[in-house]
Amino acid sequence: MVTLDHYLILSAILFAIGAAGVFVRRNLITILLSIEIMLNAVNLTFVAFGRALGSADGQIIVFFVMTVAAAEAAVGLAIVISLFRHKESLNPDSFASLKW
Amino acid sequence: MLVIAQRNPIYSVLLLIASFGALSGLYVLLDAPFVAVIQIIVYAGAIMVLFLFVVMLLNAPHEDTEYDERVHPLLRQGPMRIGAALAVALGVELWWALTKGAESGAFPGGAVTSVRAIGRSLFTDYAFPFEVTSVLILVAMVGAVVLARRDSPRDRRDRGGV
Repeated sequence: MVTLDHYLILSAILFAIGAAGVFVRRNLITILLSIEIMLNAVNLTFVAFGRALGSADGQIIVFFVMTVAAAEAAVGLAIVISLFRHKESLNPDSFASLKW
Repeated sequence: MLVIAQRNPIYSVLLLIASFGALSGLYVLLDAPFVAVIQIIVYAGAIMVLFLFVVMLLNAPHEDTEYDERVHPLLRQGPMRIGAALAVALGVELWWALTKGAESGAFPGGAVTSVRAIGRSLFTDYAFPFEVTSVLILVAMVGAVVLARRDSPRDRRDRGGV
């Protein structure tokens, strides 16, 4: 029987993978992908709790989180493109200074 | 896990699409078909195409492995010890929470599955956050266009460039 615990454990694992990706990888696009993984882990938690409590609020907040994720992805990728035009690199270590 | 283990970002993006498909299957199992469909359309459809487009636009440079292993700050001695301690603490805490905590049991019946209920709640109780998200999307759209555009010829002339 699949219970709430299983969904929470899976969500924790997904979030840990996303956090590890943010810390370990040295590629701006991969870091943005890891952020998407973390947002999805939280979404899974919201839906699981909403199902356990029998209310629609969990699904509604997932809707809002997805909206914010889409906006964040658009703006983040635009920033990545403009950074790449400056330095021809995707390594965040090469963007250590805010002005050049 | 495979997503962040890849050196080439294109493989990461494609694997992430697969994992989002699996997540939407989980949403179906949780009696949330609306969220599952939105997940497929918005994430796998829109956001991932955006990512893939940018990866291919920027010509997908590979990471420099040797440089990484020499310089990466997380691979030094001190941070590795702290990280190992944190991982052990997390494992102990998880084990404690799962064994000592109350058994959650199976899901109760009476889940909210209809799109009608979600939509009604969205446009009555959550009308204000809904409008705020529309403004947010507008701002993100304008911001993305401004950030990603090339310099116009007039700007370049002002700076004395070509």
